[in-house]
Amino acid sequence: MNLLNDLLFDYTLRNVALGSALLGIVSGVLGCFAVLRRQGLLGDALAHAALPGIAIAYLLTGSKAPLVLLLGAAIAGWLGTLLLLRIVRDTPLSEDAALGIVLSTFFGFGIVLLTFISKRNDAHQAGLDKFLFGQAATLVQDHVITMAVLGGAALLIVAVFYKEFKLLTFDIDFAASLGFPTQWLSIALTSLIVIAVVIGLQTVGVVLMAAMLVGPAVAARQWTNRLAVMIGLAALFGALAGLSGALISVSDSHLPTGPMIILSLTVIVLVSLFFGSARGLAWDWLRRARQRRTLRSAS
Amino acid sequence: MNSGLVIVLTGVLVATACALLGSFLVLRRMAMMADAISHAILPGLVAGYFVAQGPNLLVGFLGAATAAVVTVSLVELLQNTRRVGNESAIGIIFPAMFALGTFVVSKYFANVHLDTDAVLYGSIEFSSLDLLYVGNASLGPQSLWVMGGLCVLNLLFVGLFYKELKLATFDAGLAATLGFSPILIHYALMTVVSVTTVGAFTAVGAILVVALMIVPAATAYLFTHRLPVMIVLAVAIGALSALSGYAVALALDASVAGSMATMCGVFFGLALLFSPLHGLVARLRRLRRQRVQFASEALIVHLLNHERTANQATESAVSHLNVELRWTPQFAQQVMGWATRHGLIERTNGHLVLTERGRNSAQQLART
Repeated sequence: MNLLNDLLFDYTLRNVALGSALLGIVSGVLGCFAVLRRQGLLGDALAHAALPGIAIAYLLTGSKAPLVLLLGAAIAGWLGTLLLLRIVRDTPLSEDAALGIVLSTFFGFGIVLLTFISKRNDAHQAGLDKFLFGQAATLVQDHVITMAVLGGAALLIVAVFYKEFKLLTFDIDFAASLGFPTQWLSIALTSLIVIAVVIGLQTVGVVLMAAMLVGPAVAARQWTNRLAVMIGLAALFGALAGLSGALISVSDSHLPTGPMIILSLTVIVLVSLFFGSARGLAWDWLRRARQRRTLRSAS
Repeated sequence: MNSGLVIVLTGVLVATACALLGSFLVLRRMAMMADAISHAILPGLVAGYFVAQGPNLLVGFLGAATAAVVTVSLVELLQNTRRVGNESAIGIIFPAMFALGTFVVSKYFANVHLDTDAVLYGSIEFSSLDLLYVGNASLGPQSLWVMGGLCVLNLLFVGLFYKELKLATFDAGLAATLGFSPILIHYALMTVVSVTTVGAFTAVGAILVVALMIVPAATAYLFTHRLPVMIVLAVAIGALSALSGYAVALALDASVAGSMATMCGVFFGLALLFSPLHGLVARLRRLRRQRVQFASEALIVHLLNHERTANQATESAVSHLNVELRWTPQFAQQVMGWATRHGLIERTNGHLVLTERGRNSAQQLART
């Protein structure tokens, strides 16, 4: 009861919990498409690619308003995606190498800019590097509202283009033969993932963002074979991980929020892998043991 | 030794050690596995710190290498359940390991200085301060010894097992039938990668290790399709990135490791534009040449069709081309130039005539 009371009325806790849960929902929903299209690590690359965008946005505007920095992050992430697609299409390099290239060189450039800024001797810049590891504890109401607006817009677009995205995910050739602009739809879907990543930067940081996209979707996949159900479950799991990570980290001042969210998520993934009603490993093992017994008693 | 020299030497050694392995990682599509390993060694380093009750090079190495092998095995285990794709398995395991590492650090070593910035972008700037001692005698900067040793190790590994690595990379099935275990080679490579990562980690941090491993090798791949050339080229590009990165860092007063990774990216970008094999410029030129070639083939077939017919005179007029084939005068000039240069047509007062050679190839084209 005390916890509920805190959750409703404690300003910091409410922001952290709301922000983390929001992130969980948005990245859960978009992660489903990424995972099913076998682009699970796209989020990881985008998160790293966003870093120079944050630094450049700050250098250009001198502002640390969340919207400005997130816009910079989104543009850089988006450029990273275009470069990635180009590398995959025009060179013999695999997608995996393309991800590694975009991720590491953009990030390296971001580090150059961040260190360059920090040596410029102005006190105002402090806190830009919080994007590296995320710092959910510093979320204020402004951030949460920005996250809600951006995330809400992304979810709305998913709802409007649900049919198209579904077709694109499961049978891209069929979609193309029906006359859907598959390339534009792919870019749209990837851009939405950029939004999810950008929202996550402030909360869980660059490094852990990969799991925020992949984890809820993989967990949800083990419970169902239907996309709509999977999306709903992924949103639920994402929110659950965000909320519990936030609560655990608040209960002990030594615990950082981002890693706690990811560890909660890992637990959810493990439980789902073993006990998921559609594809749980435990049911598989049980069934096999039972079959073995039947076979043995029959022979 | 002068500290700038130590930094440059360390950078070149890190780049060399990384690039030696990079070609295999790129060709085996394991670039992101290297990324995963570089993050996942954090809990291993922390465990090493805990066991040794303080920073200890050897124990840290052991802990991190163990963590790396655990990560590779976990990813494979998860993938083999066939519930999770390879990339998703990586995306779950390495953040979990990294989160575990940060969790333990912040929970139990809150008062210990295990700098999180250093984890991400290393501290090559201080490499001249960390000296290696045997007994009480100083042997010089530790980073040079560690990275030099790793260079030798990787050179030996690639040199001794070159045949096996090559075979397992290009045809794992054949390697297995010939009695070389691809799995063993896989794990051996992963172990060497993780040991290299740990060594490079202290110098350039988790993410820039990936830049130095993957990007020079990928750049080299845009220039050649031969493995030995690719490896040598990758090492050269890596070393060049390290050198130029240091210069950039000095000029901007920014992170040395970050500048090295940025220079890797710059070289890759240049290759993407100008490589004669796969570069954008080369491809555009190839496309244009093909367009002109195709058009001149159309031209000679057109001339052949109207040869010795009533309207040959009008059809073979140069001015007729923009009507008949809808070419702009400029493009028509290009095409006629190409065909003339290749001895397919001749121009006589405003009319085009097939040469013997042109007639033959037109007939051949018309037949197919």
